[in-house]
Amino acid sequence: MKIHEYQAKELLQRYGVPIPAGRMATTAEHAQDIARGLGRLPVVVKAQIHAGGRGKGGGVKLCRSLDEVFARASEMLGMVLKTHQTGPEGREVRRLLVEEGVDIECELYAGLVLDRAQGRVVFMMSSEGGVDIEEVAEKTPEKIHKVVVDPVTGLMPYQVRKLVFACGLRPEMVGKAVKLCRGLYDAYTATDASILECNPLIVTRDGDFLALDAKMVFDDNALYRHPSLNELRDLDEEDPKEVEAKVYDLSYIALDGNIGCLVNGAGLAMATMDIIKQSGGEPANFLDVGGGATVEKVKAAFSILLRDPKVEAVLVNIFGGIMKCDVIAEGIIRAAREVELTLPLVVRLEGTNVEEGKALLSASDIDVVSADNMIDAAQKVVRLAAERRAAMATATATANAKAKE
Amino acid sequence: MAIWVNRDTTVLVQGITGSAGSFHARQMLEYGTRVVGGVTPGKGGQRFEERVPIFDTVAEAVEKTEATATIIYVPAAFAADAILEAVDAGVGLIVAITEGIPVLDMVKVARAMDRSKSRLIGPNCPGIITPGQVKLGIMPGHIHQPGRVGVVSRSGTLTYEAVWQLSALGIGQSTCVGIGGDPVNGTSFIDVLEAFDRDPETDGVIMIGEIGGTAEETTADYIKRSFRKPVAGLVAGRTAPPGKRMGHAGAIIAGGQGTAAEKIAALQEAGVHIAPAPSALGETMKTALSRGRAG
Repeated sequence: MKIHEYQAKELLQRYGVPIPAGRMATTAEHAQDIARGLGRLPVVVKAQIHAGGRGKGGGVKLCRSLDEVFARASEMLGMVLKTHQTGPEGREVRRLLVEEGVDIECELYAGLVLDRAQGRVVFMMSSEGGVDIEEVAEKTPEKIHKVVVDPVTGLMPYQVRKLVFACGLRPEMVGKAVKLCRGLYDAYTATDASILECNPLIVTRDGDFLALDAKMVFDDNALYRHPSLNELRDLDEEDPKEVEAKVYDLSYIALDGNIGCLVNGAGLAMATMDIIKQSGGEPANFLDVGGGATVEKVKAAFSILLRDPKVEAVLVNIFGGIMKCDVIAEGIIRAAREVELTLPLVVRLEGTNVEEGKALLSASDIDVVSADNMIDAAQKVVRLAAERRAAMATATATANAKAKE
Repeated sequence: MAIWVNRDTTVLVQGITGSAGSFHARQMLEYGTRVVGGVTPGKGGQRFEERVPIFDTVAEAVEKTEATATIIYVPAAFAADAILEAVDAGVGLIVAITEGIPVLDMVKVARAMDRSKSRLIGPNCPGIITPGQVKLGIMPGHIHQPGRVGVVSRSGTLTYEAVWQLSALGIGQSTCVGIGGDPVNGTSFIDVLEAFDRDPETDGVIMIGEIGGTAEETTADYIKRSFRKPVAGLVAGRTAPPGKRMGHAGAIIAGGQGTAAEKIAALQEAGVHIAPAPSALGETMKTALSRGRAG
């Protein structure tokens, strides 16, 4: 789960991480009030969306007067911000962070992430702050310094010293750095974060650290033990279909293609997407109904993926292990009836009770094309989608022609 | 022979009275697995299905049954505790089926197991099966056939798909191991491959990877250096967009790392026969067996 910058900063502050004074606003008037309350200019107005690269997209503005704050906030609220992380459709800005402007001595990067190969958390620091860190990692990896944290001891002062000296900071910064870095590590572990980044983390002219930006992503599997984090969820930032899928414990991710797919198991779901693409189609989604799918879940899955207007045909690929194929067939039949499915449907069933499942499907009144294996299924669904598109185009052309007469 | 489990393996089921645990314990018994005990705190002294004794603690179960392996079905919130209880009791092989364990719990488990002699398979995996002998997991037993091809995979149903394709071609399996889809797990591809390399009853291996992390790349290095048997491979997630978690917590492409293309290139470089499509895994293994290493 992602949260906004202003929420991450409030959270980090509780762990002793210094942040600039500021507050969140949802209207231009509110933004101006906050700026007035800060008592000094300039201030910075920052668009709050769950994506990075906001500065380049026009989502961060320095304002030297209260009038300017009002003007910039009015422009930003409601605008669709496009960054390299939002995709071409962009994100609507609904919240702003109004913050004091600060004098920057130097900009650093600090980040915590899981190193999968070692099964440990790594703390990273770089003197190349304020820029795209992925680019630094790619072009000058030697400028990113890392220490691996032992979960028993936590981040140790000697590790912080290593980072401080590697980044070329003055020795008198060590004390402050230890306090700051341990605060970041504590915040990371106490909230079960999966990513924590401050980019930039700055040193002010007065020689203090300040987290000028903050990004936090949490481990979804651990949210059950952090009920207060759930209150930070911003549903406006999430795909409504993905939100609904979570209610039914389905793993759904919206993509851009034309073939809706419903699969059991994450690996098989990814492989199904791949084979659709290889067969000339584009997957419209990733959807894993899980190992213990019930009729209710299959029904919910169908209705969610059919709400995507780009879907032209549906592919169901089920490998019945513990889950029996006849139960799945029943679920498909009931779901197709209840959602009044009009799109072409290709079903590939394999595994436990496959004969019974296929018999149920062919005896039903729903229009199902059955497939024998994955490649057969993918080719059939791509062809049917194309045929449907052609038929729709002809129908529209005929209707237009009639309308002209 | 096969690897790690055979007909002599004696098995405990942790969480045997839960819905998943009891269902799969029954399935394992039907398959012929020697389930010698169950563990559910507070239910010690009872019996499962009137034959399997239930114990309060893993330590007591090990003492009374001399079990050599355990399989864990307890809910995610309690799974790390269950794994470490089994480690503490000295169980040699621990299979964790549980999905959704918080990553930082697994970081602690991995640290605690640093010097342990126990092997952990999973979590978030279908388990391990030596066809015709023993099943420790949730996989459908009947699609397997005893034989001489090993299977190792990060995915559940995609493993079934591979096994089914093999069996349809008349190619049996020595042992199939699901290492799980989580970012921190107990057994790596390399651990499994090393065991297959030493196993005289395994002639070749199917390896199924997916996007995220760099395990496939590291494994490719190992295969190139020291693995002597033919390998057929697949990497799922060629079409996955970056930054999104594809069901498995591990399946996320971060910062351009862990893409399918990079993994496939590394594996091909190491002489792995990459299946041109997920539907061609069985055929690819057949070719690999007849030709040896690719490239």
